[in-house]
Amino acid sequence: MLRKSWWKIASFLLLLYTCSYGFLVKVPTPPGVPLKETIRNLFFHVPMWIAMMVCFTVSVVYAIKYLRNQSAKDEIYSTEFVRTGNVLGVLGLLTGMIWANYQWGKPWSGDAKQNGTAIALLIYFAYFVLKGSLQDEEKQARIGAVYNIFAYFMLFPCIWILPRLVESLHPGGMGSEGNPGLNPKDTTNSMRTVMYPAFIGWTLISVWITTLRIRVRLIQQKQLVNE
Amino acid sequence: MNKIKRIVSVFLFALLTVTVNAQETVANPENADFMRSNGKLYVVVAVVVTILLGLFFMYLVWTGRLVRWRKIISN
Repeated sequence: MLRKSWWKIASFLLLLYTCSYGFLVKVPTPPGVPLKETIRNLFFHVPMWIAMMVCFTVSVVYAIKYLRNQSAKDEIYSTEFVRTGNVLGVLGLLTGMIWANYQWGKPWSGDAKQNGTAIALLIYFAYFVLKGSLQDEEKQARIGAVYNIFAYFMLFPCIWILPRLVESLHPGGMGSEGNPGLNPKDTTNSMRTVMYPAFIGWTLISVWITTLRIRVRLIQQKQLVNE
Repeated sequence: MNKIKRIVSVFLFALLTVTVNAQETVANPENADFMRSNGKLYVVVAVVVTILLGLFFMYLVWTGRLVRWRKIISN
């Protein structure tokens, strides 16, 4: 029991730590940076994107595996990870819009990063549209897997490369320090002690959610085969 | 079961509108309202609540699908 589910316990403990110590840890208030307490969103908004990227990465690995051996199990893994990734992406956008409303004045300011993630998510939404439009199950799985790989290679230009090339309200744009996720200027070491556990915790819980879906799908499939 | 689901979703959507209202009221004045008090800490609270609502909404949808599927199987 413990050997199999240690990571679920870890995700619970890490998120408990994130949600409590994340509000207690001392955050820097450098002059000229109007972030104030909202920098604590680093423990909630940013991990959504980290978890989303992990989900999409796992999904593309299973898509490639599916194309290699045509196993229905790999197809299920791949699809369900995209589904969770999409939910996390939407949550990331929504939480980002709330933060932006108080930080930048309006929920959507057409920032390079906002637009890039919106495009990337729309590409991933189209994955389900494409799969839903095909009747034949094998075709659905195969074209879905190919599209998944395409979508993955659109994701990283959209969220990693494009926002760095132009001026952005997010950190890490042209002429500013850091990467598109965080700014080293207002991230202290004590914040890192919450940030990394938050990244791991949120990622683990998203994997946990996905495995539940996968298990249901596998049982469904077994049932269908038996009938 | 369907009735319970309906009641739960009514409550969930009621909560959703609460968060939306909270955002709208804040859009105008630059200072000294609830969301901007305490160094804008409540923005973080709003973010956490959104994530929680999102996850619960997802669970609700998936549970609904599971229930529907079980009904098909049992028939």
